[in-house]
Amino acid sequence: MGKFGLFTEPWVKSPYSERDSAACGLIGFINKDRKRVSGSIIKKGISNQHDRGNGLGGGFAAYGIYPDYQDLYSFHLMYDSKDDAEAAEDILHNRLKVHHQEIIPHRATKMISDHPFFKRYFAEPDPSVSQNGANLEDYIVSVVMEINTKADGAFVVSSGKNMGAFKGVGFPEDIADFFQMEEYEGYIWTAHNRFPTNTPGWWGGAHPFTLLDRSIVHNGEISSFGINKRYLETKGYICTLMTDTEVVTYLLDLLLRKNNLSYELAFSALAPPFWKDIDFMNEEDKIKYTLLRSVYAGAALNGPFAFLFGFGGGLIGINDRVKLRPLIVGTKGESVFMSSEEASIREICPDVEDCFAPQAGEPVIVYLNGNGQII
Amino acid sequence: MITIDAKDIDYKTLNARIRQEIRKGEKNIHLQNVSGHRYIGDGIQGNDISIHIEGVPGEDMAAFMDGPKIIVENNAQDGVGNTMNDGKVIIHGLAGDVLGYGMRGGRLYVKGDVGYRVGIHMKGYMDKIPVMVIGGKAGNFFGEYMAGGLLILLGLNSKDSHRPVVGDYCATGMHGGIIYIRGKIEEHKLGKEVKHFPLEKQDEFTLKPILSDFCKEMRENYDVFDFSQYSKIIPVSKRPYGRMYVY
Repeated sequence: MGKFGLFTEPWVKSPYSERDSAACGLIGFINKDRKRVSGSIIKKGISNQHDRGNGLGGGFAAYGIYPDYQDLYSFHLMYDSKDDAEAAEDILHNRLKVHHQEIIPHRATKMISDHPFFKRYFAEPDPSVSQNGANLEDYIVSVVMEINTKADGAFVVSSGKNMGAFKGVGFPEDIADFFQMEEYEGYIWTAHNRFPTNTPGWWGGAHPFTLLDRSIVHNGEISSFGINKRYLETKGYICTLMTDTEVVTYLLDLLLRKNNLSYELAFSALAPPFWKDIDFMNEEDKIKYTLLRSVYAGAALNGPFAFLFGFGGGLIGINDRVKLRPLIVGTKGESVFMSSEEASIREICPDVEDCFAPQAGEPVIVYLNGNGQII
Repeated sequence: MITIDAKDIDYKTLNARIRQEIRKGEKNIHLQNVSGHRYIGDGIQGNDISIHIEGVPGEDMAAFMDGPKIIVENNAQDGVGNTMNDGKVIIHGLAGDVLGYGMRGGRLYVKGDVGYRVGIHMKGYMDKIPVMVIGGKAGNFFGEYMAGGLLILLGLNSKDSHRPVVGDYCATGMHGGIIYIRGKIEEHKLGKEVKHFPLEKQDEFTLKPILSDFCKEMRENYDVFDFSQYSKIIPVSKRPYGRMYVY
């Protein structure tokens, strides 16, 4: 594990190191009409929640930011050092047709001076891959897993179409400055301010966690991490990023893409109704949820959480079943905001029309209008 | 009266400023552009101090507060009134989770809905009785482990007509105090330690002045004086866990 791997020194020391009582912050935005907004807006929202983190992680996921390459998979890669790029690039060039690659633009800032090396690649599988009967998305996932496990010092930060994740060690506003987020425009954004409790604060451990076009930011702790990880291993997913949130990304890939569950059912598998509530349901629901819980016992998440799940077609927010973390949803016209704190929503949209807190365990699902670009 | 603009200042600076003004003898403080600022009013003492908030205050407002009055013109967030000893908090909107945790005196009024785990372990002693009045609906674990005081839930002004007035696990572990709920209670959602009953004359006598005060502070004339609409929830055992280690 290289310089930016295990046991990294936090590059930003928390100014309130005497006592922190925060527990991660998150904020998300979607404009259903695909009207794009600048990253500076989401930076404003997440920095309002500065005190929810401690400088050990910040990150953003943005959708609609690469309109010129929208049909290609955009890979964001993080390398411990420039030299580590070679092994990963060999894999990429061998397994994919890379149309364009470049260093991800960034600027040295006062808060972040030492950092990994970031590059992005716009690529697609060779036509022969699908002609031979392989599923294109399975193929991309296998490329991601290969890089994460075989290329030392290299990690895939994101691998979706017309989207990208930007993250690292620092407060999110500092990460936004570092990656020049004000230059990007997207119609779905999520942002995260990390306060790590169980796993190290390192560049790869910041949120969001992504696979294909799905991204997760998470406030909470997944106490069922061991169970979920083992379950995922039986399905071919390998967890390498030393953070509990990684399992949620892969679980959703399994439930949604491989097993074709609806979003409602997939999130029900993650946050299933209690048995005592199933007892009170009508016959049809009783059978449905009993089956769901039995088949997907390994996917159920235990522990407190509030998640924002971004994907090519929309944004979903959900709490654990006993609501141990905050989540507020606000709407204005075709824009929807989801945040750990209402103040952050009002910071970026002072005239937000309606603010409410979703019920525990019930997902708030917002789709883009018309056909979303589903990957 | 003094106005403090909270725009672009962090919560530590804001709270230091508030305390400074109070030390100088200021009794009436108006805060503008509050946006997620935490810990406003925490630990502040004095029966003649009033803080008026424009904007959305951040987490843990009025924790350990002892005497002052805080008015929030919009919504509040989580953790309001934690271990509050005295004073009055009035919220003209919604509030979040874990309100009035361990509250031991004073009053907390919320116009609209509240979240989960509201009124946990509220406690009273002699004539020190904390009172919380919620205009809307409440989520799960309402009044959990309550030991004293009054929790009043009115079920008006709710944004969600589908939700029941109170959630699951209501009054779990309650062993003191009284919860008054205006609306339908589902038996199976109550904790094992409590039962619900219709109101008696003594309850009406207790509620009338509190509800009048709530209406006055909310600047509304709510139709909440028909006591046949209410149930009261009280513990039916002084020692709900007395048998726990026996069997």
